[in-house]
Amino acid sequence: MTRPPDGLFPLLLEMRDIQKRFAGIPALADASLSVRSGEVHALIGQNGAGKSTLIKVLTGYHRKDAGQVLFEGEPFEVHSPHQAQVNGISTIYQEINLVPLRSVTENICLGREQRRYGLLDWNAMHAEAERLLSRFAIGIDVRRPLGEFNTATQQMVAIARAIGFSARLVIMDEPTSSLDEREVGVLFSVIHQLKAEGVSVIFVSHKLDELYEVCDQVTIMRDGRTVRSAAMKEIGKLELVAAMLGRDVAAVEGHATAFGERDRSRIGDVMFSARGLGAGQAVRNVSFDLRRGEIAGFAGLLGAGRTETARLVFGADRPSAGQMTMEGAAYHPDRPADAIAAGMGFCTEDRKGEGIVPEMTVAENLTLALLPKISRNGVLDDSRQREIVERFIRELGIKCSGPNQKVRELSGGNQQKVLLARWLAMNPKLLILDEPTRGIDVGAKGEIQRLIRRLADQGLGVLMISSELEEVIEGADRIFVLRDGVSVTELEAEAANEEKVLTAMAHGTSASSEVTT
Amino acid sequence: MTELPRSYADRDAVARTFDLFGFLSRYGTVIALVLLVAFNLAFTRNFATMQTLNVNLTQVCTIVIVAVGMTLVIATGGIDLSVGSLMAISGALAPMIFMGKILPIGSIYLGVAAAMIVSVLVAGLLGLFNGWLVARFRVQPIVATLVLFIAGRGIAQVMTNGNLQTFRVPEFQWIGLARPLDIPAQVIIMAVIVAAAAWALKKTLFGRCILAVGGNEKASELAGIAVSKIKLAVYGISGLCAGLAGLIVIAINSSSDANLVGLGMELDAIAAVAVGGTLLSGGKATIIGSLLGALTIQLVRYTLLANGVPDAAALVVKAGIIALAVWLQQQHRG
Repeated sequence: MTRPPDGLFPLLLEMRDIQKRFAGIPALADASLSVRSGEVHALIGQNGAGKSTLIKVLTGYHRKDAGQVLFEGEPFEVHSPHQAQVNGISTIYQEINLVPLRSVTENICLGREQRRYGLLDWNAMHAEAERLLSRFAIGIDVRRPLGEFNTATQQMVAIARAIGFSARLVIMDEPTSSLDEREVGVLFSVIHQLKAEGVSVIFVSHKLDELYEVCDQVTIMRDGRTVRSAAMKEIGKLELVAAMLGRDVAAVEGHATAFGERDRSRIGDVMFSARGLGAGQAVRNVSFDLRRGEIAGFAGLLGAGRTETARLVFGADRPSAGQMTMEGAAYHPDRPADAIAAGMGFCTEDRKGEGIVPEMTVAENLTLALLPKISRNGVLDDSRQREIVERFIRELGIKCSGPNQKVRELSGGNQQKVLLARWLAMNPKLLILDEPTRGIDVGAKGEIQRLIRRLADQGLGVLMISSELEEVIEGADRIFVLRDGVSVTELEAEAANEEKVLTAMAHGTSASSEVTT
Repeated sequence: MTELPRSYADRDAVARTFDLFGFLSRYGTVIALVLLVAFNLAFTRNFATMQTLNVNLTQVCTIVIVAVGMTLVIATGGIDLSVGSLMAISGALAPMIFMGKILPIGSIYLGVAAAMIVSVLVAGLLGLFNGWLVARFRVQPIVATLVLFIAGRGIAQVMTNGNLQTFRVPEFQWIGLARPLDIPAQVIIMAVIVAAAAWALKKTLFGRCILAVGGNEKASELAGIAVSKIKLAVYGISGLCAGLAGLIVIAINSSSDANLVGLGMELDAIAAVAVGGTLLSGGKATIIGSLLGALTIQLVRYTLLANGVPDAAALVVKAGIIALAVWLQQQHRG
């Protein structure tokens, strides 16, 4: 396809003012997306910004409440992803499921076999598979089992299968998250092929460098709205990150959080340190120190490896590289119980999935990590349990009808307090808080932030992961910025501001260190 | 899109309105039991006799004992299909030991003691094997226990060459036939096991861990609970319960047929647990509920038989009751 004189291809897809509510709660408030033919279009935004919902509306998985979708100039409405594919919109998901023991042809033609006299017409199918693969410049023996080929080729086959012949628009949802660098290169060459044939691509990814490498245009979403749409080359990384997080890089003032003033004099010696931690693709090289009485903040975009690092520290996953020390001694936990024995606690970001035990009461949830300490010869000491539970309900202001209320009946903020209490009851030395204020109301948020500060002032070391920039900047005494699984920058609280943190998140180095180098 | 938490006041209002399904799923079994007794008192001849009580209790004992182990397994979110086969193994092994077929033992008391201990322990070890598959290799419980469900009865048949073993050994058979204080021995055994398990589930560290693992395995792991050990333990206990039930069955029958001992027991036990109100997905369990569940199923069967309905039809009613109990659970949760 040759480029028209004005440099712009006609619009292929236009989504205007899309609205979608789930149970009355808006997931998409005013979302728009325009994609031209032969364009690679990045769609980015934080978790919950509405990217997936928008795509699911497009592919017929969800039905929109309001708005307009035009595809090739015609109103477009489908009711299932399959129907969308028939109409030229294919989606490729993160995990690609193929059958390695069957031939390439079988994999490609699975579900759309050609028949002749009621029997499978293998010759026709082999021919079709070859023709399809030749589009992507792959010449392989399609009769051989797929598993005999290398991963990159299998990847291409998977994409070829998904795209088929008729795709006009291909949606790739975080396609690179499970690929290594070489495979990413292969994927990008496929994208260039598609582009050369006039096929458009919507590319969803959190990896900024990739976006700049392969995308022409970008649409940024936040809180269910499209906040910005621009040509990739006209928008800088910093601007991109700022738009995603809803920060105005220039103007930030006042206190947005309830952490209050910190008492730096109370910060002690290094208690925990990690050097060169690594595990798979998610964590590649993370080093940091945590001092007694200090709040260390982990900043970074989604997928930067913050939670994964925390899980390594807590023994929930095992590192493949690096060393850790706790209170001067080598520390390598095999399971969370080891970390707990070393005096650590871990408040998960996934409150529902791995935090609360919904069918259990407030008391039972609160004492879950404490059980060995409140039992004698294996028998639970009810009075001691009641005493501890009532103390924490009072101290943390947990709103519940009593210790025996089911924890699932509590609000998110109060559930979070129960989880905090679960770890505080252990009297930990180091507490890892992963998104401690996510999904809870403003009042509870302030209370939890004040509590974290008070605990640190009492000598607790806190490792706080947060996607809210002001929480990290105002709350932490020291900020570590992670980017693509690497701890790229360390900032002292006094020296930190939003611009520096955003810059580190976007470029991998902070503004200050750029000046010095 | 993350689900926004409903406000506290909202939830409170919901909780205050009367929850019919919640009420039924909590007390449904008791209500059913009371209705059944009332029906029988009115319509079944000679119902209010000690004999009726004895017949029903002795018949339900083995189901209840197995259901106790099953309740613990289900509380962790698992299931144990192998209990019937483990009963057959223990039932085949015990006579071989006390009749001196494996090695001659001089004293019959020593022989019986060895028979009881060894056969129950073997069943417990096979239960541990189930737990090992589930905990170590993360095999789905239904598949892991299917292994011994199929192989177990085969092993029992190979051990006995498929022969019926008959015996008349009062030193052994007290477990199914003796009546101290005019109460059948197996009823006393059942009562002790039920009481111990109910207490353990409510009051001990172990019981709390079982419910935590079933309620949220990931959270339990992160809270430092040794999830694998808990799983091993519950399957082991389920095996021990099945082994003991196997002994009672052969003691009552004065014979052991590897083809028949414990046949279909896994389904009776699961049914008792389900009807009793234990959550089949784990995390919420009641031992007393399982006892009541077993009694209900038993009484339904008795009622139908005593009023001339054939056993085959009684099975259909039994299935209906199970379906109803599970449906009530779903309504309550949904």
